[in-house]
Amino acid sequence: MKKHAEPRTHSKPGKFGKYGGQYVPETLMEPLRALEEAYNRFSRDPSCKKELAGWLDDFAGRPTPLYLATNLTSHVGGARIYLKREDLLHGGAHKINNTLGQALLAKKMGKRRIIAETGAGQHGVATAMACAALGLRAEVYMGSEDMDRQKLNVYRMKMLGAKVHPVESGSKTLKDAINEALRDWVTNVQDTYYLLGSVVGPHPYPTMVRDFQSVIGKEARKQIMQQEGGLPKALVACVGGGSNSIGIFHSFLHDPDVDLYGVEAGGESLSPGQNAAPLVAGREGVLHGMMTYVLQNEVGQVQTTRSISAGLDYPGVGPEHAFLMTAGRAKYVTVSDEEALEAFKNLSQLEGIMPALESAHAISYTMKLAKSLGTRDSIIVNLSGRGDKDVEIVAKHLPQ
Amino acid sequence: MPNTSHNDDRIEAKFRELRGLREGALVAYLTGGDPDPKTFLANSTALIEGGADIVEIGIPFSDPIADGPVIQASSMRALSNGTTPLVVLNMIRELSTQFPVPFVVLSYYNPILAMGLDRFLQKARESGVDGIVVPDLPVEESEEFRNISLKHNVDNIYLAAPNTSRTRLRTVLDKSKGFLYLVSIYGVTGPRDSLSPQALEAVRAVKFLARGKIPVSAGFGISQPEHVSAVIQSGADGAIVGSALVRIVGNHLDDPSQAETQLKKTVQSLKEATRLSSKLE
Repeated sequence: MKKHAEPRTHSKPGKFGKYGGQYVPETLMEPLRALEEAYNRFSRDPSCKKELAGWLDDFAGRPTPLYLATNLTSHVGGARIYLKREDLLHGGAHKINNTLGQALLAKKMGKRRIIAETGAGQHGVATAMACAALGLRAEVYMGSEDMDRQKLNVYRMKMLGAKVHPVESGSKTLKDAINEALRDWVTNVQDTYYLLGSVVGPHPYPTMVRDFQSVIGKEARKQIMQQEGGLPKALVACVGGGSNSIGIFHSFLHDPDVDLYGVEAGGESLSPGQNAAPLVAGREGVLHGMMTYVLQNEVGQVQTTRSISAGLDYPGVGPEHAFLMTAGRAKYVTVSDEEALEAFKNLSQLEGIMPALESAHAISYTMKLAKSLGTRDSIIVNLSGRGDKDVEIVAKHLPQ
Repeated sequence: MPNTSHNDDRIEAKFRELRGLREGALVAYLTGGDPDPKTFLANSTALIEGGADIVEIGIPFSDPIADGPVIQASSMRALSNGTTPLVVLNMIRELSTQFPVPFVVLSYYNPILAMGLDRFLQKARESGVDGIVVPDLPVEESEEFRNISLKHNVDNIYLAAPNTSRTRLRTVLDKSKGFLYLVSIYGVTGPRDSLSPQALEAVRAVKFLARGKIPVSAGFGISQPEHVSAVIQSGADGAIVGSALVRIVGNHLDDPSQAETQLKKTVQSLKEATRLSSKLE
């Protein structure tokens, strides 16, 4: 059973093999240490766990169903396809699992000012919701390009009481929003909590966010055992920073017969600047405090990315994914903009469920994979978010 | 004769020399290749002629998380004209063959990794680089980097911050060569109107722990002669001025010769403020 080793067994805390770490300005070393300590206390405290579980159930709407997509299954003709319905959560995506956890932690640490970055706005909205519910002040950094593309989420954040700071530096997208949030944190370390939205950044974020998201896989494992009486042949999830995928993968890491597939954004093509697929098209580097795979040019400048799905539009990826790929435990593939749009249409019309464009990448790969498997096999795909936020973009691309 | 033949430990030798003169060191920063290679070389020359004791050159990076708007903008200007790490190192070579001042390179870690640690540091040494600052490489992550920089005789200059714990500070002081770069405030690089009393407290605390074993230079938010003189009076061995100089470059993009004149004049007044015997006392 030891085929797939526990990621951290042979490395220092905060490292996944050689990936991860804390590549940050000196001023952040002390707050990261304090955060790690506070998180360790939080995660071992039964009363904190219970409090979080209460918020997840009553506020966010957990557990989410594991739904057998019968129409999609018979349309494809292969393995049975199960959807893990994170799209049904409050806010419309898995993001709330993490923001509730970290906002509670921030409150325990006595921090009242919360900062966050957001790309498509989903993490910003989930942060604003958690902060409003817990009585915390939220300030969200968002690239001005993204603010134009995702106006609705900007309004949602403001209505929820958050302050939105437009980021005009660099490429004016998610990576620059993270840069700006890090600069804010360096300046206001004493009273500010940085609520990062994915399994990226310096230690302890990749571990902490993974732990908060691993509720997805814990539920899914129990549910598939009940519904199928056995483990699935494969798990499929989309990978931007990689939090929903790590969240569902984690409970299955030690099941060697369960194949894990992470789906990156293939964008227009795999040429530089035309995708957001660091694991498939990038190479090792350091970005935002972590050693991981990064889309970069030959002299180490981080490249701009491109994807129809703003939530996957990021040149780096969580370090644990870099580890799982190089260790051979998970496979990473890409799905293009066009294929994702097609999958959006398929799931909407066959199942009556509009997936987020991010999740549509996972649906697309699942359909390919299901076809190649037998009818006795099953696949779980993480439907990480709902597609309402994307209707404008989809309408533009799928005329009539 | 300046020590042109003596290649090693030129940074610490410079601090010793200045101590004898009862002066602090003025470390003057510009971003390499900003706004274009030719202007950059002229501006660097102006810094040296103005009296900079150590010249610090930044390698532009797409995601400079420790830098404020002024240096971010300079990095973008440099990158947009095609400046690469190699281009910067070659320009430093040009300067270091003409001028005897020690040169320090500042680079985020990723461009160094992309070139390969060994190749980068060897190339840096050949170009006349005496020391290197990597703002996103804390001591915990830098074992391999430090070993290779030792091998190539490039001083590894670590940073300390106001919230660096005493235990870590001891390690950082112990592993630093050339000088310790004290980030004297909470924040990113950028000119500020006044210097906080906290910054001077940080200088005193770090100097106390350094016990004279390694020079300490203070940077971040030090932009005016009064700031320089305050940190030197508080015991710092050097003052690092960056954004205030880079801003001059940015303000004179249409008239580069004006930038040169301004830089030289500004550096002269900053240098004057490093002299312990001058005015104020």
